This record gives sequence, structure tokens and C-alpha cells, in this order.
Amino acid sequence: MSNRKLISYVTGFVSSVGLTLVAYYVVVDRAFGVGALTYTVAGLAVLQLIVQLIFFLHIGQEKGTHWKLVTFIFAVLVILIVVVGSLWIMHNLDYNMMNMSPDQQKIYMHNNEGI
Amino acid sequence: MSDLIRVVDAEQATRNERKALGFWIYIMTDCVLFATLFATYAVLHGNVFGGPAGKDIFNLPFVLAETLILLTSSFTMGLATIMAAKGNRHQAYTWLAATFILGFSFLMMEISEFGSLIIDGNGPSRSAFLSSFFTLVGTHGLHITVGLLWILVMLWRFYKHGLKKQDLHRLSLLALFWHFLDVIWIFIFTIVYLMGSLS
Repeated sequence: MSNRKLISYVTGFVSSVGLTLVAYYVVVDRAFGVGALTYTVAGLAVLQLIVQLIFFLHIGQEKGTHWKLVTFIFAVLVILIVVVGSLWIMHNLDYNMMNMSPDQQKIYMHNNEGI
Repeated sequence: MSDLIRVVDAEQATRNERKALGFWIYIMTDCVLFATLFATYAVLHGNVFGGPAGKDIFNLPFVLAETLILLTSSFTMGLATIMAAKGNRHQAYTWLAATFILGFSFLMMEISEFGSLIIDGNGPSRSAFLSSFFTLVGTHGLHITVGLLWILVMLWRFYKHGLKKQDLHRLSLLALFWHFLDVIWIFIFTIVYLMGSLS
């Protein structure tokens, strides 16, 4: 029992260190373009989240109903609504409050919106 | 008599399970708190008001060291819970103390980072970017401080009373809290530091 737990912690630790170092070095070395790098490190962070949820927080491994997992999924839902919603609303607000002179606005609308 | 003990033990186990779930739900609400701070940071990170942007002030090797220290402390915390479950008091005590030292080093590094930023005139009042940066990273640091105090209390209890059954349950909650702080830090490391040094 405790041996299995030890293996779980060692696996989690080694893969977390690996994922952290990979994320660090692709950014420091500018392995690809900025856009691709952003997605890469985001993907690596999500991967590490899953690794730690399984090997450190032992989510979904309890007996009976998986309440830990259920509450976690609910929290993820709330987090997505809060984060994506905030970014969406604020981006929209920023766009509507265009920080430009009327002439610049006209050019912008012509070039980007076809108006 | 032994039947009675068994019934009492079973009741205690159910109560502990309930407490563990309650504590887990608290951690989930804390995740929501951090999500709002992350959203604030994401909205404001470009508003530097003529001041420095992330890539001008972040020292990536330093932050990588912080990250690895916190990750290792999460691992040693796991070892402490395993050793405590085995009833190996001395080992549990040692690993928990190691966790405290690593966590404390992490906190000191974060404070020195904040200190040098403030001395350079890049405090939280410099720009919206820095306000959101200090709030997000500072809230994590505050949680780490509380976690360190909790570790101290556990160490003191282990030292004073040895490994009581109920302390194993408390230690498992502390470990949950500490692992959670490590998970939050992964996202601070990725979103604030790595992505911040890209743009």
C-alpha cells in the first residue's frame, strides 16, 4: 500500500520536474514562434495539472462516490466561466471604447470591419 | 469493549471523511478565488502605464529555482504523509521539517523578488500590470505563509505528542493544501512568468 503510494509520488515528482524544465527551456531558447510557444507552455501546464491531480492529490481514487472529482469538475466549470467570461467582456469593452482619434477610427473600421 | 472501540473508530473515520471532503470543497473555492485573480491579471497585464512590462522585470532562472524548490517541497510533503502512515515518526518528522525549510526558502525568494521590485520603484502602485501581479503572486505567498505556520504546528504536535491517529488525518489535510499551492504555482509560473517573458 505505502509502496504504491511512494511510486505514485516519485512518478508525479519526476514528470512534474520534467514538464517544468521542458516548458522553461522552450521559452528560454525561443524554440518556435511566440504564438506556438504560448500554446505549448499552456498545454504543458495543463499536462502538469493532470499529473499532479492524479499522483499528488489522488483525485477520483477514493472509495464510493467520487465527490472529490465531482466538486473539482464543478470548480473547473466556474473557473472557465469566470476567466473566459472576463476576458471576453473586457476585450469587447476595450474594443468598443476604441482609444483612437475619429480619423484613425474611420481607417480602422474600413480596414478591419469593411465599413 | 473491543466492539465499542470498533464502532467509535468507524464513526471517527466517517467524520474524518466528511471533514476531508469539506476541506477539499474549501480548496475548490480557493481555486475560484485564484481564477478571479488570474482573470484580472490576464485583463490588465498589458496596461504598463509607461512602466516596465513582464519581460523587463522577470528573472527566469530565479523563478525556475523557486518553482523547483516548491515542487520538491510538495514531494517531501508526500513522503512525510507516507512515513506517518507507516508509523515511522522520525522519518515523518524529518520530511515535514524538510518541507518547511524548502517552503520557507521559497517564501524568502519571493519576498526578495518583491523587495527588489519595490526598491526599483516598480511597486504595486506603479501600473495596473504591477498591481495585478503583486495581488496574484502575493495572495499565493500569503497562502504559503499560512501553510508554513500549519507545518510548524504539526511539527510541534509530532514533537510533543508523537503520532496520534487524529494527527495522521490532520497531516493528510495539510498535504492536500500544500499540493494545491504547488498546482496554483504551476499556473503562476506558466501564465505570469513564462508567457509574460514571451510578449
